[in-house]
Amino acid sequence: MKLLTCPMNGPRNIDEFQSFGPVRARPDPNATADGDWSRHLFRAENRKGIVVEWWRHVPSNYFFLAERDLVSNEIIRTFDASELRDHP
Amino acid sequence: MPLRLLKYGLSRDYPVSGDIPATPDLKPAYDVVIIGGGGHGLSCAHHLAKYHGIKSVAVLEKAYLAGGNTARNTTTIRSNYITPEGIAFYKEGVELFERLSQELDFNVMFSQRGQLTLAHTEATMRSFHMRAEIGKHMGTRTEVVDQKGVEELCPLLNMDYGGPLEILGGLWHADGGTARHDAVAWGYAAQASRRGVEIHQRTEVQGFEVVGDRVQAVKTNRGRVACGQVLIATGGMNYDVALMAGVELPIRCYPLQAMVTQPLKPWLDTLVSSVSLHTYLVQSSRGEVVIGGGSDPYQLYSTRSTLDMKEHLAEGAVHLFPFLQGVRLLRQWAGITDMTPDYSPIMGASPLTNLWLDCGWGTWGFKATPVAGKRIAQTIAEGRVPDILKPFALERFETFRLLNEMGATAASH
Repeated sequence: MKLLTCPMNGPRNIDEFQSFGPVRARPDPNATADGDWSRHLFRAENRKGIVVEWWRHVPSNYFFLAERDLVSNEIIRTFDASELRDHP
Repeated sequence: MPLRLLKYGLSRDYPVSGDIPATPDLKPAYDVVIIGGGGHGLSCAHHLAKYHGIKSVAVLEKAYLAGGNTARNTTTIRSNYITPEGIAFYKEGVELFERLSQELDFNVMFSQRGQLTLAHTEATMRSFHMRAEIGKHMGTRTEVVDQKGVEELCPLLNMDYGGPLEILGGLWHADGGTARHDAVAWGYAAQASRRGVEIHQRTEVQGFEVVGDRVQAVKTNRGRVACGQVLIATGGMNYDVALMAGVELPIRCYPLQAMVTQPLKPWLDTLVSSVSLHTYLVQSSRGEVVIGGGSDPYQLYSTRSTLDMKEHLAEGAVHLFPFLQGVRLLRQWAGITDMTPDYSPIMGASPLTNLWLDCGWGTWGFKATPVAGKRIAQTIAEGRVPDILKPFALERFETFRLLNEMGATAASH
């Protein structure tokens, strides 16, 4: 089975993980038009190329991020969410 | 004998006749350019030529005819959805299948054997009651059956009485059926060609010339083609193709895997689907048992298969019919599904005035091949969207008028 390297638990079978889709910036609730809200809710990154996405290691309920190629399915790297906070 | 055969084969009295002519040279312009030579695009071409007198039509297919999701789906035809708008549309689709062999003068092997969806939980039973009532109201044959009813409809099922996956009842959809996917696409292609539609295989769209709010021309690997109207009907590539025209669709791509067993004697005369097991089965006219399930668990533009998904399908199939355990698999494959947030397609207008959409067909497109082609052709010919298609507009995501079919679609097809 394909392996995914969890930043906390190391390499594990990918069926131990749940995908939560590409990272999306949260709109400012006080300054966002309806059109932008619908875009935020319904349009996720789907271009052929590399995406940054949320994953959860289900047994440990640990959320983290992965960079993955949507065409080759290569997982380029995985990292803790704090990195997104520190370098958005 | 061989010599006589050869003589017959080379005789001018018996010329070689193919259903579909070889790919001609591209003309500089067409009234309608259809991107995607799958079932939907070919069905639209047929309806344009036959019912609207529009014959300057080019179907552009980057590979070979009907080799994408038309070849990879599991041929379920049904109308037991949840929303009245969805049911009205798919019901017309089933009715078109009922007379499709006559329409195409080609045997599409439509077999209206009914679909039995199984419930293993009370929650599923409640959703079945809702679907049955809405279905009856909309004039389809959809009813809830109890355990005895399930046993009568499909006596070979493992009911798992007292077990964790006991079958509590089912949703019986007598209108459900199956047909031969290649025959559907081939029939439409042959009819369309006969009426002057040009089918261009190995013709890949690489971009659009957009001027103002119109597509002026389509750029292909075989040259530029000016167009009056353009339709995008490219299945798993819909997001990608629309993006080339600057239109970003609310679509995410996931692989969907399926497989067939070796041919067996006829033993399964309904379509059987289990929501909890994410597995459904149908026996094809060749005797193979076609087994399908839900999409892969994460986004990917790939038709690769995985052992874990195949094992999951096999596990579900063997649970429902334990005697399948010794049966061998013959083929397995995957397609790329273009999933929308509400599990309904996107049909009709785009932000560009002459670019039309037949997209977002996810895991549920085959059954709509005739009706989508018919209604999109009408849209293109009349220049406006008919009422039956209006609920499927791209704008529904901006206006938050979603058409939620997830409960009637996910893994039950």
